[in-house]
Amino acid sequence: MLNYIIRRLLIGLVTLLGITFVTFLTIESAPGDIVELMLWERPDATEQDRQRLREALGLNDPMAIRYAKWVGKLVTLDFGESIKTGEPVTTMIRRHIWPTASVGIISLALAFLLSIPIGLYSAVHQGGLFDRIMSTNLYMLYSVPSYVIGMVLILYLGVKLDFFPIQGMYSDNYETLSLFGKILDQAHHYVLITICFTVGSLAYYSRFVRQNLLEVIQQDFIRTARAKGLSETRVIIHHAFRNTLIPFVSLMGLTLPFILSGSVILEHMFNWPGIGWLYMESVMSRDVNAIMGLNFMTAALVLFCTLLADLAYGLVDPRISHD
Amino acid sequence: MTEKGNEKSTGFWRTAWKRYRKSRMGMLALAFLGLLAAIAFFAPMIANDEPIVCRMEYTNADGATTNELYFPGVQETLRQFPWVGPALFSAPPPFSRMDFKFKKHFKPGRDWAIMPPVPFSPLETSEDRIQGYSGRHWLGTDELGRDVMARLIYGTQVSMRVGFISMGIAALIGLCLGAIAGYFGGWVDMIISRVIEIFMCFPVFFLILAVLAWFPPRIENIMIIIGLTRWVGIARLTRGEVLRLRELEYTAAARALGAGPFRIVFRHLLPNALAPAMVSITFGIAGAILVESGLSWLGFGVQAPNPSWGNILRDGYGLMATTPHMIPPACAAIFLAVLCFNLVGDTLRDVIDPRTRGRGT
Amino acid sequence: MTLLSIRNLSVEFHTEEGIVRAVDEVSFDIPRGKTVCLVGESGCGKSVSAYSLLGLVSPPGRVVGGEALLKGEIEQDLLKLSEQELRSIRGNRISMIFQEPMTSLNPVFTIGDQIIEAILSHQAMSKGKARAKAISMLEQVRIPAPEQRVDEYPHQLSGGMRQRALIAMALATEPELLIADEPTTALDVTIQAQILELLKELQADTGLSVLFITHDLGVVAEIADEVVVMYASRVVEKAPARELFANPLHPYTRGLFNSLPSLGGSADGRLKTIEGSVPDPLAFPTGCKFWPRCELAVDGCRETEPELRTLAADHPVACDVIEGGADD
Repeated sequence: MLNYIIRRLLIGLVTLLGITFVTFLTIESAPGDIVELMLWERPDATEQDRQRLREALGLNDPMAIRYAKWVGKLVTLDFGESIKTGEPVTTMIRRHIWPTASVGIISLALAFLLSIPIGLYSAVHQGGLFDRIMSTNLYMLYSVPSYVIGMVLILYLGVKLDFFPIQGMYSDNYETLSLFGKILDQAHHYVLITICFTVGSLAYYSRFVRQNLLEVIQQDFIRTARAKGLSETRVIIHHAFRNTLIPFVSLMGLTLPFILSGSVILEHMFNWPGIGWLYMESVMSRDVNAIMGLNFMTAALVLFCTLLADLAYGLVDPRISHD
Repeated sequence: MTEKGNEKSTGFWRTAWKRYRKSRMGMLALAFLGLLAAIAFFAPMIANDEPIVCRMEYTNADGATTNELYFPGVQETLRQFPWVGPALFSAPPPFSRMDFKFKKHFKPGRDWAIMPPVPFSPLETSEDRIQGYSGRHWLGTDELGRDVMARLIYGTQVSMRVGFISMGIAALIGLCLGAIAGYFGGWVDMIISRVIEIFMCFPVFFLILAVLAWFPPRIENIMIIIGLTRWVGIARLTRGEVLRLRELEYTAAARALGAGPFRIVFRHLLPNALAPAMVSITFGIAGAILVESGLSWLGFGVQAPNPSWGNILRDGYGLMATTPHMIPPACAAIFLAVLCFNLVGDTLRDVIDPRTRGRGT
Repeated sequence: MTLLSIRNLSVEFHTEEGIVRAVDEVSFDIPRGKTVCLVGESGCGKSVSAYSLLGLVSPPGRVVGGEALLKGEIEQDLLKLSEQELRSIRGNRISMIFQEPMTSLNPVFTIGDQIIEAILSHQAMSKGKARAKAISMLEQVRIPAPEQRVDEYPHQLSGGMRQRALIAMALATEPELLIADEPTTALDVTIQAQILELLKELQADTGLSVLFITHDLGVVAEIADEVVVMYASRVVEKAPARELFANPLHPYTRGLFNSLPSLGGSADGRLKTIEGSVPDPLAFPTGCKFWPRCELAVDGCRETEPELRTLAADHPVACDVIEGGADD
């Protein structure tokens, strides 16, 4: 077990290094000049100024040195300053991480809690009415891109029926509300965007649970459990589902890249000030440091979650934990 | 020995097709995709402000009058092929190009023309701005008076092209790298696997946008960059398959007969590992279409004035408060295309997997 | 003293390609404290027969006829019991072990937990006592260091040990009948011998009845008290083990015995086989199902399906051609 952990960590470290490399290369390969960008607003800048800026930014060093310096700064979580606002990128990220994280956590929890009973019931009553209805609906939901759902929700629930607010995290009069009012207002704003995030994962997880459970039920040890005289409920929930839980847990860890990816569009659509929104803004203003920092941070986060998922897998599967 | 190997593959696909045919949803989805492909291919004959065929009398600048049969719509369709197109330019009538504007010179009494079902070009602006659904403009018009239906149809072209070409690139890279990693193992596998892992850590949009921030968002660039990010899924799958197949007896037999590694990989292992990869590729096309429309929505994909499902959606989004008529058709188009690709992929997976044979979903 | 009396058991499978009658009017008795071997080739219906006793035949299979009378304080027909009633018998009065020990235990629970679960679902006792019982069962099946093994996971045990654990689990509730569906087929010959030895000892200790399903005559010779031979869904011969080995009567049974290779070799140095192959259940031959492969077949065999006739003492045979006792 310890071997397993150590091995995964080491491999993870190599991958992390690779991530820094790819991030660095992606930005390096960009045509166009940082200095030009920065001095865009300053037509009075002389060639001398440009040279000084280049020196200051260390742009005259060979690529390898710049890479090493950049990685060095990364270790201390220093992503440099935003070209647009001059503010440290780390501070910017910290400001915007909660909106994305909160929606992500809530939607993950919802998807997890809802998909298990749906998947279980569908598998046990395979071919029944619930299964067939759920399968079709979930399949369709799974095929709809999250921003299309967002668009539909905004159109019908937000604009036409005006049930939910469609922009931002707070209403304009937020400050004037009571504490309870504030909580309610925030919750109100959370609804639509959380639905968008949840739908895709819910559909995928439910299908997974159902599919996996159906396979597990075919296994020999289920036959043994039945032959022992156990009730069907116990056979499914205690014996079968416990086996499905193992891959399910690691599946959840792998959903993070999709949540982050979807956040770019969804947060833009809902004007939700999270990481995806920040990234869009950075890209639109060609804010190199922010782009690099965000890329690295999200990739590292995904790596971390993947490792966690692997670890959880190792803990939950006795074939790995007891070896 | 090699003949046997190939025989097995074609036999396999024939049986797979027979089983695929039994699935109603699978066939329906495939039919719809065929429809989409047809729409994409024949777009200039479906939505165009020039006719499919017409006979017109035209007096050119020198005073010479000709009365010819012209096929502008057909020409434009054929022009999409890389070699046929330029040849058509120098062809004699009736395939010569109309060197005059159809609309300006058409006289209803004297000339006749068969117009496409949607008689508007996707780029043609007009004074009928932001119209809802009507008899004239079936799906309405956008804020520049352009017919939405025409734009939707040409958007199909974009989606199909991006979907297939980008996945083609991804498949090429993914299959090769995956097979090599799976077969050779050792440090080759280590390196390729690490690369795969690294790429899987980057959220798709993050990476693509990072590149598109600097490069012009031309459609070729989009196709390449999508292809370059989606190859990892295919590579991982292929690697797994090759690893599995490598252990089977016929690989050892091939080696015993003196086949070199590349021969083994490309003639024996890959064709058999192809089946699950096909499933992944199908899902990948759905994903590529999603990415492209997402990019267009964000403004980093197909640029105005060219149409794409994503930017139609975005224009509609801007008009949402007052006239949201553009949103449902674009949503429907994206949804149906993705749904059908997913259905085809799922059915393909059921048909290929020997374990799910005979057991209903 | 019969424990279980099976009469005219019939099981059908309604498949897309047609109705398959996998078990046709099968009847035999299982006496207390004895081992009955159900012998036949793959696909003859022996496993399905056994499964139907515990209601474990899954759709599209259905028991369509017969009765299985379990004697006891009250006589119950297993085939007519409700699911709930069956559950109180499964793992309790009748236990079953299966062919694949490698995959028959749940990989995510310890073997101790699984045995305890079997005990506690039928007998009320404290967890501590159940655990002690589990350990003693593991000891009885000759698993070394049972106090440690009880907390181990299935993947930490070898195939032979897993089968022993499964036997321990099956017998933990002191059942009256153990149904064993080819439990040694997947194991090495030496392990197989140990398992058979173990079963014999356990039977001697507890008076357990065993219904042992197998296709291996060697195994039959080892442990059978009575033998029931099946072919293509029907019983073709029944006899006490000694009698069967001394005097096999049905052409199929004789073919089976003849095809066993012997160390001395046969007269012409070739292996004897039974000509032809097992018939497709969707297209059974008319009349006696064995006639296409039978050396003694006559026209009448094609028309009427033979019923069991008692040709020698306690030795019913389903063949209309042979006479009892002598070679024909």
